[in-house]
Amino acid sequence: MHILVHVEIHQNAIAGSSRELVAAARQLAGTEGKISALVAHASPDLFKGQIGGVDETVIINDAALAEYNPEAQLVCLHAAIAASKPDLVLLAYTSAGIDLGPALSAQSTLPLVSYCTKIERSSSGVTAFCQIYGGKLSAKIDLPTPSVVMLTPGAYREDTNDPATLVVNLPAPPALAALKTKVFSVQAPDPNAIDITMSDRLVCVGRGIGGKDNIDQARELATKIGAEIAGSRPVIDAGWLPKERQVGKSGRKVKPRLYLALGVSGAPEHLEGMSGAELIVAINSDPRAPIFDHAHYGAKVDLFDFVEAMTNRLAD
Amino acid sequence: MHIAVVMRLVPDISEELDIDESGSDIDREWVGLKVNEFDEFALEEAVILKERFGSRVTAVALAGDGADRLLQSAVARGADEAVRIDHGMDRIVGPAAAAALLISPLRNLGVDLILTGVQTPEDVFGQLAPYLAGSLGWPTVNAVSGISVRDGTVVIQQEYSGGLSALLAVTGPAVLGVQAASQPPRYVSGTKLRQAMSTPIRAEKVDVTPELTIRIDALSLPEKERQAEMIAGNAEQVATRLLDILKEKGLVGR
Repeated sequence: MHILVHVEIHQNAIAGSSRELVAAARQLAGTEGKISALVAHASPDLFKGQIGGVDETVIINDAALAEYNPEAQLVCLHAAIAASKPDLVLLAYTSAGIDLGPALSAQSTLPLVSYCTKIERSSSGVTAFCQIYGGKLSAKIDLPTPSVVMLTPGAYREDTNDPATLVVNLPAPPALAALKTKVFSVQAPDPNAIDITMSDRLVCVGRGIGGKDNIDQARELATKIGAEIAGSRPVIDAGWLPKERQVGKSGRKVKPRLYLALGVSGAPEHLEGMSGAELIVAINSDPRAPIFDHAHYGAKVDLFDFVEAMTNRLAD
Repeated sequence: MHIAVVMRLVPDISEELDIDESGSDIDREWVGLKVNEFDEFALEEAVILKERFGSRVTAVALAGDGADRLLQSAVARGADEAVRIDHGMDRIVGPAAAAALLISPLRNLGVDLILTGVQTPEDVFGQLAPYLAGSLGWPTVNAVSGISVRDGTVVIQQEYSGGLSALLAVTGPAVLGVQAASQPPRYVSGTKLRQAMSTPIRAEKVDVTPELTIRIDALSLPEKERQAEMIAGNAEQVATRLLDILKEKGLVGR
């Protein structure tokens, strides 16, 4: 089996999720299979020796590839597929993966699954297990090969393997000279804003907090236990907490000693950002909330009653 | 600028979801439907663009249970017109089928931008915005958290993990998958919503029957990585027990 892995690069750094793809590809292909990693970048030499566990690195080098550009990466992905006809294309379920996977599938008629957390060989191709309905259920999907699979970040652990020495250079596709998408600028998080990844205790409020005014109660509790307050995506999107306090796929990835989740259902995008916390405590009134499958301790009680009870005890 | 916003109803995942007799779908008989929340952000962003730059906004939905109400409430939220796409499918599974039905009506609208939510809770076969883009041959940007227009060019904020984001510019028509609007969706009064229920909806019929090449073979409860130790009792009891646990681990108290 030949697997092509797309390597996602922002600001000259390889995304951790790309290394996870390599680990998944190796488990799937075994030692007899071949894994190629596509690095489409303006300075590919920067990544020499940085991608372990693959059999070859496929390089496309062009000035248009200096920063991540969805249209440019799609053009390169097509070129790499045309050149090597892989059985499987692996992308991460990230913003870039969403840009590329479905567009590739539409143009190449390769079947695609996303949200995949586990992938296995089958007699006719591969079997993918994908999260659906906010992680409340798992879908088993048999895929023929060739096909495209988007893997949920965090589903596989990255391996530390020797980097490939074999390099295949592909010519820059002419379409790179006529892109309709241009990158103006890339912004790192505001250095003056609170960095929740530095906190060893976090109290994270989810949709269950119900409104902006209710956050003060959770904040009071957070203060009492020396924690910073954070929020899941719906809380940030509703404008109840500022963006820099967001945990999850489109926010920050945190690993505190204590993560107290209040009214957080535990969608896959949220779990991606916090499942590595040392101690996860979840308070949620929905007994089927996926967060309970990832927390160390849980309780099915009203979060406001809990916050009040907890705050009162800490006042003593 | 003419913007189409594709609106979708999805199962309400805050409800209990049961697997049906086939074992490969949820029991749809009782499950509630709600507007895909990212589609609401897409609509809000389109309305913000209309207010700032004078765009025209058309809400588009595939026919199905609740589609008319969905479109009428989009008008209440600021869309200028509503188009329902009538088709002969019982259920539309996956972006390939949805795109096959949407493409010719969207082309006929002559839009400059197509917005929709970045994802739905049912997206195992991929996301609609990039699939539409791929089918149309237009550029796509997803996980969009803001759109503006500068000197006639559409400027898009795209978010990545780790708090990183970028500003991209796109010339010509594009399809954008919206993650968040520049501001939270505005409140729309019940009166306004009721008024919108009389809004006429333009119906467009498509004669396409997309073939399903891929399907879910089985649904199951996810494998549990861990099962939380559940603390029983009321909130007071839970707080007491949890405080003991946190003290034991040196996380609170002196």
